[in-house]
Formats: sequence, C-alpha cells, structure tokens
Amino acid sequence: MHFADGQIPLEYTRYINRKLAFIGGSIVLLGFLLVVSVSLGAANIPLPDVFLALVGKAISKRFEIIIWNIRLPQAFAAMVAGSGLAVAGAAMQAILRNPLGSPFTLGISHAAGFGAAFSIMILGSGVMSSASVGAVTISNPYITTLMAFFFSLVAAGVIIVVSKIRGASPETMVLTGIALASLFTAGTMLLQYFADDVQLAAMVFWTFGDVARASWGELSVMAIVTGMATAYLIGNAWNYNAIEAGDETAKGLGVRVNRVRLLGLFTSSLITAVVVSFLGIIGFVGLVCPHIVRRLIGGDHRFLMPATLVVGSILLLGSDTAARFILAPHLLPVSVLTAFMGAPVFIYLILRGYRR
Amino acid sequence: MILEVSGLSFAYKSRGILRDVRFHVANGEILAILGPNGVGKTTLLKCINAMLRPFTGSVLVNSENVFSLSTMEIAHRIGYVAQRAETSRLIAFDAILMGRRPHLSWKASDKDLAIVNAAIKLLDLGHLAMRYIDQVSGGELQKVALARALVQEPKVLLLDEPTSNLDLKNQVEILKIIRRVVKEHEVSAVMTMHDLNKALRYADKYLFLKEGVIFEAGEVIGVTAETIQAVYGLPVEIHYYKGNPVVLPVEKD
Repeated sequence: MHFADGQIPLEYTRYINRKLAFIGGSIVLLGFLLVVSVSLGAANIPLPDVFLALVGKAISKRFEIIIWNIRLPQAFAAMVAGSGLAVAGAAMQAILRNPLGSPFTLGISHAAGFGAAFSIMILGSGVMSSASVGAVTISNPYITTLMAFFFSLVAAGVIIVVSKIRGASPETMVLTGIALASLFTAGTMLLQYFADDVQLAAMVFWTFGDVARASWGELSVMAIVTGMATAYLIGNAWNYNAIEAGDETAKGLGVRVNRVRLLGLFTSSLITAVVVSFLGIIGFVGLVCPHIVRRLIGGDHRFLMPATLVVGSILLLGSDTAARFILAPHLLPVSVLTAFMGAPVFIYLILRGYRR
Repeated sequence: MILEVSGLSFAYKSRGILRDVRFHVANGEILAILGPNGVGKTTLLKCINAMLRPFTGSVLVNSENVFSLSTMEIAHRIGYVAQRAETSRLIAFDAILMGRRPHLSWKASDKDLAIVNAAIKLLDLGHLAMRYIDQVSGGELQKVALARALVQEPKVLLLDEPTSNLDLKNQVEILKIIRRVVKEHEVSAVMTMHDLNKALRYADKYLFLKEGVIFEAGEVIGVTAETIQAVYGLPVEIHYYKGNPVVLPVEKD
C-alpha cells in the first residue's frame, strides 16, 4: 500500500511550531527564574552580582560563598528533582493509562522513603546528628539509594500485579497507592518508634522533602541518574502515545507493550528513589506537572515529556523560592508548599471525572 | 497469494479455542470471519499478527513466516484495528501519524506527514485533523483508527469488528472505505463481523467458525441458509434484493 500526495497542512506545521515555542519559552523562563532564585533569600544579592559570581568574577567573597555553596546547589536540586519527578509522573500516567498516576499518588515515594530510612537507621548508611536542616548526613549514598530503589520497586511490582488482575482503572490505582503509602508510612513510623530522641528528630526532619539539603556531591549523583532515566523515558514517547491508544493498538504498531511498561515503571521508580533518598518525599509535582502541560500543549508525548521536564523544574524551583518567603524568616521545606498546591489539583481532577 | 494461514491451533491455558484453522486471502480480497459470540474470532485475528502465539500452525505473508519476524517487522506487514479505540489528548493528525511508528525512529519526516495527510483526505477526516480525539464521536474515532492502520502501509489489514458501536451510516461508510482501499491498494483484509448482511455485501469470502473449527468457508455468493442455521442454531432464509443476499431469521409463531 502506497499513498501520499506530497502535501503537509500548514495548520499542522504551525501547531508543531507552537509546541516548540512553548518549550523554548519555558526554558527561557526557567533561566530567568534560576537567576532570581539565586538572588533572593535571607541575604538579597543584586542581580549583577549574581551574574558576576556565576562567571567567577564575584566582587564580594561573601556573595560568592552564598551563591556557590548554598543557593546554587539548592536551585539545581530543585530543578533536578522537579524535572525527574514530573517526567516520572508523565510516564506513569501514560503507562498505566491513568491520569492519577505519579510517584506520590501510587505510594512509590513512600516506599522509597521507607527504604532510605531503613538504610540510614538499620544499615547505618547515614549519620543522624541534630534536629535541624541537614540533620541527616548520608554517608553512603549508594546503599541508601539502593535500598530506596529496592522498596520502590516492591511498590511498583505490587502496582503491576494489581493492574494485571484488576485493570489499571484510576480507582484501583489510587486505592492501591493509598494502601502502599499507608504500609510504608507505618514502616517508617515503626523505625521512628524505636529511635532515640536525636534519631527521631533527625528522621522527622529528614522525611520533610527539602531541596536545601543537597551538597554538590549528592547533587551530581542525583543529576546523573535522573538525567539518564528521564532521557530513557523521553526516548519512549512514541511508545507511550501508542500505549495510550490501547494495548492491542500498540502491539499492532510493533510496540512491545509489556516490556515498555515494566521498564518505564522501573525507570520511574529509580528516579523517585534517588530523589527521595537525597531530598525526602516531595509530593504532587509528578501528578500536577503533566496535567498542566497537557492542558497547554496537548498529550503528544513527543512534546509533552520534554515540556514536562522543563515545567517540572520551573514548578519546583519556583515553589522552593516562594517557600523561602512565605513564613520568613522561617525557611519552609518545599514539600509543604507542593502539598498545599497539589492536593487541590488532585481533588479538581477527581471532580472533573479523571478526563484528560 | 498474500496471506496464508495453515494448521493453526490455539488454546488458552488448557481450554482449546481454535483447531487446525486454514485459509488464504489474495491481494485485493476481503475475508469475513463469522460465527457466534465467544467462538474465537478475535483470538484468530490476534494469532495472525502474533499478538497471541498459537501452539501449532503457520501464518505466511508473501511467503514470509510471521512467527519468525520481530514485532516491528510484523507491524510493517500487518495493520491491526482493535475493536475498541481508546481516546487520549492527541489531535487526530497525530493519532494517525502514530501509524508511521514502525517506519521511523524518532522524527516524522515530510514523507510521513504527507502520507498521513493523504489518508485524512481518503477518509474525509479533514475537519477533524486538528481536533483532539477525546472530543470526537465513536464513528469518527473508528475512522481515525482505520486511518492509523492504513498509514502503516501494511500488506495485510486485520479488522476486529470494524462496525461495532457505529450507526448505520458510519457502518456503511467504514465498510466502503475498507473495500475501496483493499481493491485500490491490493491489500488483503481479514475482518470479524456479527452483521451477516454487511459481511455478505462487503466481503469477498466468508469463513464460519463453530466450536473452534472451520465449519464452512467459500465465496460469499455461495453461502446457504442451511449453513447459517447450523452455525447459529437459528432458522434463516436468504433472499436476494437487487442482487444482494439478505439474511432473515425465520420466526415461528
């Protein structure tokens, strides 16, 4: 069968260009936000000084230290975590053909949190010192991440099994997510119950998702893992489009549906595990971001996923910057803010009847 | 000869579904697979493109054995239109473009886009091209699914109840398009059907499945009331109206 008339509708070309413009515009916005975020804080640094410090020609040693040791790692951590969680959410929503999918709503974040806590307390892969930000120092990021990954895979496995038996309807998935979140939160509480005072305080602080605690070393591990994992997920955009059209249609298009689904959940769990290990549980970014982007540019994963990556960065970086001011001089952990933003969106999605 | 199925048997767990099914479909021919609910019509379709693996038998497309091809190679040769089309937030153009997936690695070329545009014209979907498919009707969605299978440029087209859930006008439209594409582009088509009248009108050949085996197969012109009665367990009469066979159930008072 061969047919083509050699014509490409102008309207379609414009439509694609609009999406590319959206992604381009988002990247510019992200760059702007990054500079603003670095400039704002307990000590406000004028924008020209931010630029000078970034290119290594800072006038003030104090500004240089604040920017390079505090502000930049925090901003980059927010960007990496935001983009990773958002892309993982977009992949899960496609793979499970379910608009309520995300690392947080499916309980995978909680599983990873338990795994990391287990590793820090029982396996001694971290040092707990005091009740403040940075209370837990992760001395062995590999074991911590591996344990977080292992338990997030357990959760993902349960989700796969349940979706095989009962189908991946939004109700089933969210109920499974509630069950898994409760289970692993209970596990974490059990660990906390047997902790001493210092450990307990450190643990509680650690479970608040906060991007301020990442050092350059942790950040680079997180960035490499998240970068490779998101690249893999974005590379599967065509497959996710096909799976959303139905398993049989996808198979008919040559997609190895089961393999793509398993590897997608595996990779999403890996992102969740590494982010949760270093930063704690940050909810709703993975749920909300893909929905915002889908409303704006549609659900074609070839554009949805790269755009989600950028918007995820913007959302978490923006939230973290805002969280520094809302209750100033207190610095709120960003997870508190994302939960306040995310929960209403979640309820809105339920009210709207899960439609995409 | 393009599609040749021989000695095909399939079982779910230990329950046998299909036994020794064999048939062939030539270029430009439509075969209608008929039979009661649950007899294994859809299963048979899924065996043809290796979505299900039969435990014996072979499927040849242009003398190539489908079961020794990769899923992507199969997608180059066989297009599949599922009975139920799922919606998502894609515009119809992109939903159809997905049919080019087996032919491209990442970027859709101008040629791919031109093929999609041609299919949209063929199925008269121009007014839908830029609309999200979660906002179109069931009949329109079914046409999008058909267009997607056509841009795959397959040699064999498998259609699972292409007219279910459609109103009369859409049923006729879809079947006419299928027939036109099959004739013009020398494709072979296999479709499962429940509507005997539509099957006899738009297909070239029929195949009745009963209890997992072929009860009877042949040219649509040769189908008899006795066969239909034996397959469905319901007495029928066949009348000819303007040269088209019409199957009518006989009601006994």
